[in-house]
Amino acid sequence: MKIREITGLPDITTLVPPQTPDQEISGGYASDLLSCVMARAGAGNIWVTLQTHPNVVAVASLLDLAGVIITECADIAKIDAATIEKARTENVALFATPLTTFTIVARLARAGVPGIDEG
Amino acid sequence: MTAIPEITRVQELIYELKIEQVMSRPVITVTPDTRIDQLKEILRINRISGVPVVQDNQLVGIISIEDLIKALERGEMQATVGEKMSRQVITVSAHDSVVEAVKRFEEHGVGRLPVLDSNGQLVGILTSGDITRGLLHAIGLGYHQEEIRRYRASHIFEDISSDRTSLILCYHIPARELQKAGEASSKIKKALYRLGAQPGFARRVAIAAYEAEMNLIIHTLHGGDLIAEIHPDKVRLLAMDDGPGIPDIEQAMQPGFSTAPDWIRDLGFGAGMGLLNIKRCSDQMMLDSQVGVGTRLEVLFYLKEENVLGDRAPSTS
Repeated sequence: MKIREITGLPDITTLVPPQTPDQEISGGYASDLLSCVMARAGAGNIWVTLQTHPNVVAVASLLDLAGVIITECADIAKIDAATIEKARTENVALFATPLTTFTIVARLARAGVPGIDEG
Repeated sequence: MTAIPEITRVQELIYELKIEQVMSRPVITVTPDTRIDQLKEILRINRISGVPVVQDNQLVGIISIEDLIKALERGEMQATVGEKMSRQVITVSAHDSVVEAVKRFEEHGVGRLPVLDSNGQLVGILTSGDITRGLLHAIGLGYHQEEIRRYRASHIFEDISSDRTSLILCYHIPARELQKAGEASSKIKKALYRLGAQPGFARRVAIAAYEAEMNLIIHTLHGGDLIAEIHPDKVRLLAMDDGPGIPDIEQAMQPGFSTAPDWIRDLGFGAGMGLLNIKRCSDQMMLDSQVGVGTRLEVLFYLKEENVLGDRAPSTS
């Protein structure tokens, strides 16, 4: 699944579009603990989390992730403006959805994105 | 990111672009037996001002519109190219950078340069118009900006003469300033990438730097210093603070153990994986701490011989 296909998924809003839309997503990781993401997620992974602070972008940038999907986000205005601004400057693709992490992960899996511990 | 003035980018590109990237091909050629009136048509139809002369696959001369005009003036339309051509041909090599062509144009005042490959075969032709077009095309491509920065920085180890050159980056990390968390490690990662490090290596150092930075932000009394020492063959990270100190280092190294306060945990920090992540990413890790005095963390990353910094030609893909 290419990064740009995320923008087409229902119930997902693109906050910061991907710089490399045709890049293949190498896998998916879901966690709200940043150190776990630092330990496990790899380059090209899509990260699903309900954390909204700017550090999420810092982690995504350091690990060269494909992007971040922020879940349980009913009101986009509630996301820290600093997070969106940082995603822009660091060129990190940022998405938001009102759906829960579990639902989004299930949809990504059905679309063919593997977990990092799968093939 | 501050903008590089356009003129500097052009200068950099002239050194970075190879002649084979901007030359024209296939090359229009004539043979020594081609007649002058045929040459006139070839120049007219193709809208060019000169052609290389080739015989048995070898470059034997070059003939220009000037030579044609002289022949016209003397009414020698039936003469052959071989009789009127110039046998002294200034050429350039396909693998040279465009700056070589610029020098040749200036030195010899020719209008075009035939381009030869490493076997001396004619593979293309280059005019100053081709150079201009090539530069405009390259400038138009946004990604070149990062490539140029990488090109410039990666030469620091070669261009500065010493028995051993290293670069030291120091960052002061204030305590509890979460908004800035990750800035220093991001800068270290960019610096390494620009100095020519492979993305995988830069990422390893960045992860360790990030965890060290977070520890300074979350756990120290007054913040601390994060230092990256960049040598051609290794990188050393140092994180130092003046308190509170770690009472039990072995306990601190256990996965899941964290002394992070609750408000930090709500933000997803304090998973207790930080020191372990550092150990996992690095080649060597040394942690010293004394309660009431402070903590010193030293982390080493070794570069494989083939990836030594500064030892690589810039990537032009």
